[in-house]
Amino acid sequence: MDCLLGIVGKDFVLTATDTSAARSITVMKKTEDKSRNLNKHIIMLYAGEPGDTVHFAEYVQRNVRFYEIKNGIELTPEAASKFTRRELANSLRSRKPYSVNLLLAGYNVKTEVPQLYWIDYLGSSVEIPFGAHGYGAYYCLSIMDRYHHPELTLDEAKVLIKKCIDELKTRFTMNLADFKIKVSDKDGIREITV
Amino acid sequence: MAGSYDRALTVFSPDGHLFQVEYALEAVRKGTCAVGVRGQNCVVLGVEKKSVLKLQDPRTVRKIVMLDDHICMAFAGLSADARVLVNKARIECQSHRLTVEDPVTVEYITRHIASIQQKYTQSGGVRPFGISTLIIGFDPNEKIPRLYQTDPSGIYSAWKANAIGRSSKTVLEFLEKNYKEDLPKDEAVKLAVKSLLEVVQTGAKNIEIAVMTSDSVIKNMEIEEVEAIVSEIERQKEEEAEKKKKPSGSSNS
Repeated sequence: MDCLLGIVGKDFVLTATDTSAARSITVMKKTEDKSRNLNKHIIMLYAGEPGDTVHFAEYVQRNVRFYEIKNGIELTPEAASKFTRRELANSLRSRKPYSVNLLLAGYNVKTEVPQLYWIDYLGSSVEIPFGAHGYGAYYCLSIMDRYHHPELTLDEAKVLIKKCIDELKTRFTMNLADFKIKVSDKDGIREITV
Repeated sequence: MAGSYDRALTVFSPDGHLFQVEYALEAVRKGTCAVGVRGQNCVVLGVEKKSVLKLQDPRTVRKIVMLDDHICMAFAGLSADARVLVNKARIECQSHRLTVEDPVTVEYITRHIASIQQKYTQSGGVRPFGISTLIIGFDPNEKIPRLYQTDPSGIYSAWKANAIGRSSKTVLEFLEKNYKEDLPKDEAVKLAVKSLLEVVQTGAKNIEIAVMTSDSVIKNMEIEEVEAIVSEIERQKEEEAEKKKKPSGSSNS
């Protein structure tokens, strides 16, 4: 079961995804990247029905890029999340809806504010300071509740995400492989280790 | 003779002309000049900027547009038609990336634009696009610069250097005389500016230059840089005029 985690800090957003791609009892890959960079400052993490996830994520990625080339301006995380949510909402009432849950993490360069959006397959979207999708949410949300505060620095966030990952390793029955951790801030998106 | 055969598009004239397409080419010839020059590892687009009316915001009048990260386009003719064609091309660039997971090659997108222009010469109730385009770029993972041209009939071909729009004949003749193979970047830019100066009387403030280098970086030159190049060209012209005068002067004394 895919686990997506996101934490908003003082001037950055930290995201973590598990990297195991498994079907039923077999683990096919332990280095899967469950995210797509929509533009220089926005990461979209996806989880859900295999196939639907990558298809939808790449569709959003291409549409965001098209908007930017057409209008010569980078989309804000808020605008990207609204577009994504609408696409999911339209898909819900179609013949075969996308079954994809997302975390959209981005840094708004104009207002210099980091933002995180929790979007689910029914087309609901909320802006949150921290959040998770999947079974991981049951274990990690309470930890993030306890230790998160708005002025979180990158080091504190790294410690927090490590706490969450360790908790999953201890208490979650599935053996989730290593987590891929990315940060989005004013300098763009980069991968880090904790 | 032309009278009755130029109304509908889908009618050939007895001597094999599609008059609507030829009239579209006339519309292109009315548009402001655009020139493209291929260098050794760069490609340059230059356009004549129409004089901006006093109350108009110059930033909203753009004749060089980006189709994708690695492809740029300039056009001559009806700007509104260009807007529609550019939009279709941009969608195709992203659609190609989505389905094939590769950026488009310059030839592919040129072929796509040309085939759209051709479709509109063979349908009922529509008129051809009144624009010719110059498309520049580098194919993904390649260092070879590309320059293509399309016109309202849907023909496309690759060029070493070309000009479209107003006085394109004059500019093209100038390019034929002065083009050299494997020009370095500065020379290519200079050639583009020189050829535009043949038709743009008012100088640097009505010229816009964009340069693309093999790392697929598109650089729109600042007006100061263009002015510097123009003054350099004029200085060289004066030097050559001086040299030509001197021998006759010395023979007199």
